[in-house]
Amino acid sequence: MNSNNKEITVVAFCCLYCAYAAADLAGSMRIQYPANVRIVRTPCTGRLEVEFFLKAFESGADGVLVAGCEEGSCHFKEGNLVAKRRVNYARKYLQESGLEPERLRMVNVSSAMARQLTDHIKDMVETVRKLGPSPLNKAKRRQQQEIKS
Amino acid sequence: MIVAERKTIPEIVDILKGHKNILVLGCGTCVTVCLAGGEREVSIMASALRIASRAQNLGFKVSELTIERQCDNIFIEQAAEAIEKADAVLSLGCGAGVQAIAERFAKKPVYAGLNTKFLGILEERGTWTEKCAQCGECVLAEYGGICPVTRCAKHLLNGPCGGSREDRCEVNPDRACAWQLIYKRLKDIGQLDRLEKISAPKKWGTSLSGGPRVIVREDHRI
Ligand code: SF4
Ligand code: SF4
Repeated sequence: MNSNNKEITVVAFCCLYCAYAAADLAGSMRIQYPANVRIVRTPCTGRLEVEFFLKAFESGADGVLVAGCEEGSCHFKEGNLVAKRRVNYARKYLQESGLEPERLRMVNVSSAMARQLTDHIKDMVETVRKLGPSPLNKAKRRQQQEIKS
Repeated sequence: MIVAERKTIPEIVDILKGHKNILVLGCGTCVTVCLAGGEREVSIMASALRIASRAQNLGFKVSELTIERQCDNIFIEQAAEAIEKADAVLSLGCGAGVQAIAERFAKKPVYAGLNTKFLGILEERGTWTEKCAQCGECVLAEYGGICPVTRCAKHLLNGPCGGSREDRCEVNPDRACAWQLIYKRLKDIGQLDRLEKISAPKKWGTSLSGGPRVIVREDHRI
C-alpha cells in the first residue's frame, strides 16, 4: 500500500451471497485489490438503509460501494433492487448536503465474479481518489498531518 | 392521514443558519406512515444535516428525538427536556405539530422541516394520493363515496366538465376523471338516480375560506 492509497477509505457493503463470497474467492485466487477498501459483510444489500450510507460518510468514509447480486438473482428475490433505489435516494441526500453523489455507488456481481468485483473496487477507489478526500475528512486529516510533521 | 414531504437540505440549512444546537424532532403518527417525519426520517435528516454542517462549515450540533404525537401536549411533554436544551427545533411533524410545539415553547425557535401536503391515503407502496380537502360539510354520500371537491380538478358538483378523454381528467391525464369514477361507482351500487338531483352551490364558509375552524364539544369540556 503506497502512501497515495492511504489518503482515502472506501467502505464496501458486500452481500453475503455474492460480493462477499467473490471477495473471498479473489483472496483464494490471489487477486489484489486496493487496501483502501473496508469490506462490511451484509446479509443482503436489501438490509441496507439510507442512513447506513450517510452514517458511513459521517464516520469518515470517503466513498461507499454497495455490492449486491446481479439483478434477477438476489437470494431474497429483490433485495438488490430495493438497495438500488435506496442508493439513488441517498445520493440525492449527499448531493443536497454538499458531497459528490459519485462517492456512493452500487454494483452487481455474482459469487464467481472475483475479477469483476476487484475491478469494481479499483474503479471506485480511482473515482474517489480523483474526487479527493471527503470534505468531511479534510479538516481532520490536515490536523493529523500537522501533528505528525 | 396527513401526508407530507421533506424540504430539501439547502432549504433547511438556510432556515437553520445561525443556530448551533439543533434538535430534529420527529412525530410517530401520520408523518411516520407517509415516510416523511418518523424515527427513520429523523435519523436520515439528522445525518444529512451533520454532513452538510461539516462539508459547509456550518457549526451545527444535531440531536434527534421522535415522540408519539407532536400535536398533543401530553406527548410534547416527553420532548420538553430535549427542546429546552436545543437552540432551535427542526420539527418533522405536520404543520399542526410544528405549531403545537411552538405554542408550548414560547421562547424557542421552531421550524418546519416538511411541507404538509394533504389528507390522503397510501395508494400503493411509495405512492400517496389526496382524498379529502376538508371542506367542512361532507357530501360524499351523494357521490358514491368519491369526493368531487378533492378529486375533480374543477371541483364540479353536477356532472363532468365534458373534457375527459377515456377515463382521464383533461387537466392532468395522469389522474382519473373523478366524474367517471363517480358514475361507475353509483352504477355499481345501484344509485345512479342520485345524479338526477341538482346540487346547490357549496357553502365554502365551512371550509378554510371562513378562517381557521374550531370544534367545541361541550360534553367533553371541564
Ligand atoms: S366532501 Fe368535503 S369533507 Fe367530504 S371528502 Fe370531500 S372535501 Fe372531504
Ligand atoms: S375531466 Fe373529470 S376530473 Fe377533470 S376536470 Fe373534468 S370532470 Fe373534473
